[in-house]
Amino acid sequence: MNAPPVIFDHRLIRTRRERSGSAFAAHDFLHRRAMNDIIDRLETVTRTFPLAAFFGAASLTEMLTPSCGVGSLFSVDLATSRLDPANAPALVADQERSPFAPNSFDLIVSVLTLHHANDLVGALSQARAALKPDGLFIAALFGEDTLKDLRTAFYTAETEIVGGVSPRVAPFASVRDLGSALQRAGFALPVADIDRVQVRYQNPMRLIEDLRGMGETNALMDRSRSLTRTIFAQTMSHFEQQGGIAGFDIVYLTGWSPHEDQQKPLKPGAAKQSLQTAITQSRDADTKKP
Amino acid sequence: MTNNEKQAEPDPKLLEILICPQTKGPLVYDRERGEILSKKARLAYPIRDGIPIMLPEEARVLNDDEVDKI
Repeated sequence: MNAPPVIFDHRLIRTRRERSGSAFAAHDFLHRRAMNDIIDRLETVTRTFPLAAFFGAASLTEMLTPSCGVGSLFSVDLATSRLDPANAPALVADQERSPFAPNSFDLIVSVLTLHHANDLVGALSQARAALKPDGLFIAALFGEDTLKDLRTAFYTAETEIVGGVSPRVAPFASVRDLGSALQRAGFALPVADIDRVQVRYQNPMRLIEDLRGMGETNALMDRSRSLTRTIFAQTMSHFEQQGGIAGFDIVYLTGWSPHEDQQKPLKPGAAKQSLQTAITQSRDADTKKP
Repeated sequence: MTNNEKQAEPDPKLLEILICPQTKGPLVYDRERGEILSKKARLAYPIRDGIPIMLPEEARVLNDDEVDKI
């Protein structure tokens, strides 16, 4: 099998995150929103998770509530500046090259890190393998139409000035593709859903500051043409004219590591009555209603 | 570490579940040098301020003597 193409430069992402360091706290509103959502999901699961791995900025783990049921946790990120070993044991690792032994965790959470995966199914499979049977995986990542308006503004500006376009905003996967990736990675009971966030910027430079603070500026392998001041200024002006709205699609992925006690579909042919009978019965029941 | 401060050690529970990200093989913790060694990959993963850096590109390549000692 051919290796998937390398789209994202992980070394650069690491540098970007490392650099954003202390600024992150001032630009982490999307991360906190995603974390809040994940906490809601954990609170509704009536289960405790004695050992968890948390991928993303370690500062977010302080938001966890006792009803999440998380025991000990390890923080994992690509950058040391996002970790705080005084708070929880921490390590630097890449989700596509997982350093965790199989059957290690009861829970794996990943907050806004996986949209940089070059091989998403590979990264998800490694997460599944690191989970104990019936372990839970929850991830939030940017998807689909994230920064669509900014991408359009870049394309328009670059076409006007140099007569061609180059990739400036990363491609993001659709919720459907992400759901099927979860399934292909071998997760049971896979669920994918989306939260569309719209942020209006009076000054488009604030968006760039936010992206920088998040460590999310362009990390594509193909950064062939450098971004000139003129193109950038024109892009900002187009973005403003379009209404200055930055859309962020946060996709949530949930899946369980397979276990024999989980609910499963019946085998084909295992039904105790025919579909015809079921349909007739339900129709009869409907006609009897007043 | 040249100062008297004790080099922060990684969590023992964490060391228990770590494997080599490159070979998925077992690792050995070298307390003296503050490194995590992979015999199969011939790499020493550094530990900085108690944080293991489990990236092959950040690891030190081990020489034959060092590999034999693992």
